Formats: sequence, C-alpha cells, structure tokens
Amino acid sequence: MVENRPLLTFVQHAVLILGAALFVFPIYLAFVASTHDQVTVARGIPLLPGGEFWNNYSQVLGEGISTAGAPPLSLMLFNSMVMALSITLGKIAISLLSAFAIVYFRFPFRILAFWTIFITLMLPVEVRILPTFEVVASLGMLNSYAGLSIPLIASATATFLFRQFFMTVPDELTEAARIDGAGPMRFFKDILLPLSRTNLAALFVILFIYGWNQYLWPLLVTTDESYYTIVMGIQRMANAGEETPQWHLIMSTAILALLPPVAVIIGMQSLFVRGLVEVEK
Amino acid sequence: MRPKRVTFRHRWLPYALIAPQIVITIVFFLWPASQAIYQSVLRQDAFGLRTEFVGMANFERLFSDPLYLESFWTTIAFSALVASLSMGIALILAVMADRVIRTATAYRTLLIWPYAVAPAVAGVLWWFLFNPTIGIAAYAMDALGYDWNHYVKGSDAMALIVIASAWRQVSYNFLFFLAGLQAIPRSLTEAAAIDSAGPLRRFWTIQLPLLSPTVFFLIVVNVVYAFFETFGVVHATTSGGPGQATNILVYKVWRDAFEGLNLGSSAAQSVILMVIVIALTAIQFRYIERRVEY
Repeated sequence: MVENRPLLTFVQHAVLILGAALFVFPIYLAFVASTHDQVTVARGIPLLPGGEFWNNYSQVLGEGISTAGAPPLSLMLFNSMVMALSITLGKIAISLLSAFAIVYFRFPFRILAFWTIFITLMLPVEVRILPTFEVVASLGMLNSYAGLSIPLIASATATFLFRQFFMTVPDELTEAARIDGAGPMRFFKDILLPLSRTNLAALFVILFIYGWNQYLWPLLVTTDESYYTIVMGIQRMANAGEETPQWHLIMSTAILALLPPVAVIIGMQSLFVRGLVEVEK
Repeated sequence: MRPKRVTFRHRWLPYALIAPQIVITIVFFLWPASQAIYQSVLRQDAFGLRTEFVGMANFERLFSDPLYLESFWTTIAFSALVASLSMGIALILAVMADRVIRTATAYRTLLIWPYAVAPAVAGVLWWFLFNPTIGIAAYAMDALGYDWNHYVKGSDAMALIVIASAWRQVSYNFLFFLAGLQAIPRSLTEAAAIDSAGPLRRFWTIQLPLLSPTVFFLIVVNVVYAFFETFGVVHATTSGGPGQATNILVYKVWRDAFEGLNLGSSAAQSVILMVIVIALTAIQFRYIERRVEY
C-alpha cells in the first residue's frame, strides 16, 4: 500500500463487501424461495429459508414439473453433464491434434487449413442459426447427444491456444526425441502432452462452463423432452403459459442449474483465471 | 511468428490429425454460413414451393422495415448499456480490490463466480426478483414510489435484461481490470504519492491511462457479448416484449426463422450479423497484434 489512509481503506472494504453482497443476494433469495411452499412464495418472498427444502428438491429431481412439460431434473442434469463433457473433451482432443499438425509438420495446404479453422472464430451459432439447424436435421442428428455436442466442438480458440503453447516448446526437445528414434505420435504422447498439462486443465475449466451454459443450441436441436438440458429447460417452466409460475420449483431448478459450473469456478479458481486470460490473449 | 526449425515428415499423418477439425468446420460452419449467404438473395413463397433470385431485395426490404431498424437501435442501446454498466461497476470494484492487496484474492473469489451462471439462468433470477407481484426488487421500487412492471412497460423490461446481462459480465470485466491494475508498476503510483497526488488524482493521471488497452479490449468483448450471447436472457424472460421493446437482433433472427418462417429475411439478417461479428473480431485482432510481443 502506498500510504495509510484509514478512512479510504474503510470505504474500500465497504464497497467491496457491498459489491459481493450484490452478487450473492439474487442467489440467496432464489435459495430462500426454493425452501418454501408455493403459497408462501406467492405472498411475497420471505427473507429466511423455510422448511420445504427436501420436498421441493426431491419433487423437481424425481418428478419434474409435469404441468410445464418438464422431465425430472435428474435427467436434465445428466443430459447437461453429457453435453458439457462431450463438448469439452471433444474440443480439447481435436484442437490438440490439429495444433500439433499445424506446428510440427510442413505440408501443402497447411496455411489454408489454418485459415479454415480461423474462420470458425468469426461465426458464432447465433449468426447461422437456421442453416446449421438444417444441416443437423438432414444428418439425422436432432434429439441426440451427438447433435447436442458435435457441432459445437470445432474451436478456433482452443487450437490457437495450443498452437501458441507448442511454439514455445524448445526445439531441442524435438531433436532429442528424434535422435532417440521417437516418431511424431510418440513425441506427442510422451513429451508434448505432459508439458501441456496445466494448459489442458485451464482450458477444461473454461470449456466446461461454456458447454454447460449452452442455451440456443439445445433449444434448436431438442424437441424430445428426454434430451432437454437444464439450462434450456428452466425456460419452459418460467414461461409455462397461462398458469401461475411455480416459483418455488423454478428457483430450485435455477439453483441446481448454476451449482455445477459455480462449483467448478470456485474449486479451480486459479486454473479458471489462468484459462480465461490465456483464451482471450 | 517464427516457424519451428525442427519438424516431422510424414506422408499422411498431418492430414489425419487435422481432418476432424476441418471436417467439422466445413460441415457445421462454412457450409451453413454459405447457405445463409445464398438464401439471403432468394425469396420463397409462403408454401415453400417456389424460390426465386431477388438479388439484394431482402436487404433493401430489411433496411426499410421500421421493425428491423427499431431492433437495430434497441440492440445498440442495449449493448451500450450492458457494456458501460458492467465495466463501470467492475472498474470501481477492481480499483478497490487492487488497493487492499492482502485480501484481494478473498474478494476475487466472492466476485468472480457469477461468470459461471448461464445468461438464461441469470435472466430467470432477475425476472423473479423484479416480479411485479412477489419480487423483492419490485417491492423496493414501489416503496420508492416507482410502479415497476416489466410486463407492461418497455423501459422496465429493457432495464431488466440489461441488469441480468450485466450482472454476470461484471465478474469477467473485474478479472481483467484487476489483472491490468496489478500489472502497473508500484513505483509509478508510489512516486506520484510522494509528489502528494491523492488517490483520485493518481487514478485519473496514472492508472486509467495505463489501463486504456484493457478498457478498449473489454469494450469489444462486452459488445460482442451483448450482441450475440444474450439470446438466453431475452428468450427465457421477456421474449422480445412488451411490444418490440427488447427484441434484440439475435432474438429477431431466431424468431423470424422459427416462428415467422421467413427464410429469406432471416438469412439476410444472419448475413448482417456475420458482417458485424467479423468487423468486431477484426478490430479485436488488430489490437491484439499490437499488444502481444513475440
């Protein structure tokens, strides 16, 4: 600290605590609402948790909200987990391989391949909604885990990240491996992969959150309730037509939908920060 | 960047390694994008039986359509509000956290997790808090003499989606501001302090100018976020309403394609969005090229 200003220090802590409170407050109220019954919530949100925690959560996890056409949440959570993990692992695998090819080989069309990948960076799903949907539909991938994840696993950012990293790996390592008679895949598996461990972990955290929070894509490719993911499923409940929304159940769903990615961020905070900064570089 | 001096030789291996990425890119990115461009110059009749080439007519029609222009302005206002609100709050918090070094990491933990909350879930949370009959925020507004109702008032609905979208983006901006502030050499602020510049003066004359690359970078990122990633916030809450008040461009593309079934117009809108996102990415890259040293 540059100087000692007790008043300023006090103000700072006050502002930071206020900021943190502003962040926690909506979640706290959502949690409170999820522990009361419908009648209590409809009278106005209480400020302290009630005693309906087990009832509400076991109802949404086990039965779902039938009036809103939502399947049990345990199924939606499972679907989200499958989608998030397939996207994450898929992206990491194909980006690792293509970055390896681009950095460690000279071959015709290398630059063309590089630019083809680069272009995906510029085309988020949102700007090509309908034609992408048509492609997935004509491949018969609607309402399947493949349809939920494969179209999202091409990633320019991950490829760039690995390319940047591979460029910093000393040439001496490659030379030594070659002198010892290691082929390219052996070098990849025994030297490059272990060196990339931290980058892999950081990217895993970022991509898991990205995959879990997908919304528009599952909305497009799933019409069958048994493939709903929790993040897109919550919208079905909030907009359940003419009926009064069952806020206590919707909030239980919201809590369950945000718990896994939040747990990942808090549990792997330093990896997350590292990954975020690396990806954007 | 300098290419590798030592490389491997293999006849087919590099192609096999890169094939999955290229195939997925072509099938799910390039082909649909070219389809969007192709469809944007066609017009289909209501039954999908006849298609004719209409040149730029879809685009001309869009730009003379008051609904589309309104959506354009709504999106611009929305992104400006989201970017300034989330960056403003994040900057204040980061400056505060930067000064209290000892507890900075503790505060960081408390402030970064909203980034993990999906935009749609954030939307539903705030939708609930501001619910006119049971929401606590609406109740507080009522106590202050303001009759909040986002089902009826367009400006209230807009404020709601701005708050929900900005709320989760504050964490992201906070991290980058904090990193930027901590990269400023302590000797600079200390020298200024010895010259008796107060904290506010130091912020304006030293910290903010040195932070300007971060500010610029975050403006682009936040605008991209507000333009393209907030679909979930709108779809899960206001559905573009009341009226057209929150009908932002990405939501309109989706609605025109899947509810209006107006393929030509939706494709033309996609092409316009592509141009916007390419322009923004290009700006971002120019900036990154200048910053990163190899």
